[in-house]
Amino acid sequence: MSQALHRPRIRPGRIVVWTLLMLGGIVMIMPFAYMISTSLKTPEQVYDLRLIPVRPTLKNYAALLADARFLDWFVNSLVTSTLVTVSVLFFDSLVGYTLAKYRFRGRGVVFIAILSTLMIPTEMLVIPWYLMSASLGWLDTYWGIMFPGLITGFGVFMMRQFFMTVPDELIDAARIDGLSEFRIWWEIAMPLVTPALSALAIFTFLGNWTAFLWPLIATSESTLFTVPVGLSSFASENLTRWEMVMTGAAVSTIPTLIVFILFQKYIIRGVVLSGLKG
Amino acid sequence: MRAIDSLTIHQKQALWAWVFLAVPIVFFVVVRFYPTLDSAWISLTNWSLFREPKFIGFANYRKMFADPVFWKVFANTFKYLALGLPISLLISFTVAYFLDRVRVMHGLIRGLYFVPYLTTAVAMAWVWRWFYEPVPIGLFNDVLSSLGLPQQPFLRSVDQALPSVLAPAIWAGLGFQVIIFLAGLRAIPETYYEAARIDGVGSWTILREITLPLLRPTLLFLIVISSIGFLRIFDQVYNMTVDGQGGPLNATRPLVLNIYNSAFVDYDMGYATAQTMVLFLVLLVITVVQLRLLRSS
Repeated sequence: MSQALHRPRIRPGRIVVWTLLMLGGIVMIMPFAYMISTSLKTPEQVYDLRLIPVRPTLKNYAALLADARFLDWFVNSLVTSTLVTVSVLFFDSLVGYTLAKYRFRGRGVVFIAILSTLMIPTEMLVIPWYLMSASLGWLDTYWGIMFPGLITGFGVFMMRQFFMTVPDELIDAARIDGLSEFRIWWEIAMPLVTPALSALAIFTFLGNWTAFLWPLIATSESTLFTVPVGLSSFASENLTRWEMVMTGAAVSTIPTLIVFILFQKYIIRGVVLSGLKG
Repeated sequence: MRAIDSLTIHQKQALWAWVFLAVPIVFFVVVRFYPTLDSAWISLTNWSLFREPKFIGFANYRKMFADPVFWKVFANTFKYLALGLPISLLISFTVAYFLDRVRVMHGLIRGLYFVPYLTTAVAMAWVWRWFYEPVPIGLFNDVLSSLGLPQQPFLRSVDQALPSVLAPAIWAGLGFQVIIFLAGLRAIPETYYEAARIDGVGSWTILREITLPLLRPTLLFLIVISSIGFLRIFDQVYNMTVDGQGGPLNATRPLVLNIYNSAFVDYDMGYATAQTMVLFLVLLVITVVQLRLLRSS
């Protein structure tokens, strides 16, 4: 931010600009404010659109959590998103490292082939994935929800960029010390790219947590829904009970908001890294 | 001696590389490349899921081009792009341009704009759907009527529904665009601005002559990424329209929702994949054209 000190500045309007930006920011979070506010209201109060509820109540949350389905959806999302993230971190960095640090015939072809998968929209693949899952019995299983995302072309590309910055001398020195190739990657190279790994981890987790289209297709048993799919079905069956819909929306959004508040710095940096380098 | 040594090291390296790549290569072949070819093949079949696929040549494509719903959906998809892209880029650039100069509570303000990007599109679609309800439930109509303005049908109107569905999509993406613009602005060397100020150039000219031209890579990236996003809109439409049908009268139905319906409501896998081929081609053409246009100019 020290750079901003030297920037040309619109001097007369500075306070006006600041105020407008702040107002815009407040408008941006209004949907959350209203979502939380309505989730704290009784059905009669829903028509009272004041932002601060007159007599806030947690009854809706109690009612929602008494509905066992929500817990299922949370567990499903938590397990699948976590496992996919672990797999992505492991495989994407292994492949990225291999493509960055090994010289072998076919390296270019492998790299271009993996990059080319970024051009193929998921929508084109979901139907073959569905047919594959149906014939192999993967529908309505965790594996079925997870398998398409276990390794990603984007992550491979991003990790390759970062492993390129690891000096070859370090790897050669480890070889001379007699470390196995696997341990060189895991113990020498991996710790050097932790910023990239944490950005990739957060994005993979959030991306899977909020994913809708594939989990919607891959599951039909409500006990196997992920949070977004569950919320979608819950909301459409409670269309007249907006305070319950808002409570469901709040419960499904709070985890992502917490992740954001905790990791704000990494997330912003991750967007920049993935945006400008990927 | 050394030549032989280095040769074995190379061979050893190559061996390790293929060991490390073995599982991922199998994965990419099975989960990415095979399904890509498979969907091209499925699009040439009549496959209702319950019967064996039957090869029917280009019949799905002929059916598609003769289907008025497909053309409606195709037009809708481009409406999302044509409205969403310029509006979102204009707002996010304006915010980033001024936010770049703000020091007091810079992080907080940036956070306020960014939070929507990280939320579940499904949850936010329902919040916005509630906003659009008529009085006495909906917030927007409540504000309108308290200002003495007539109520608006929003999601119930064939004309207003599409922009109403688009609004939360634009809203959710602004934070990402702002962050990328901010990073682009920070990357412009300070010396350009200093030189311009010494020459006594006004801030409007600086914006037009220095900032915008130097932001071209950032702009290019955002245009491509955001276009792809708007052309693939689905979550909002599915959750904001009655029964996820993209109504009223298909007024909001985008291509991805039509694909979903063909495949998982009508179980017409061939027809659905034929439409995915169109989506793929559109994304490819748009990306290539945008990269060409922006690189050459």
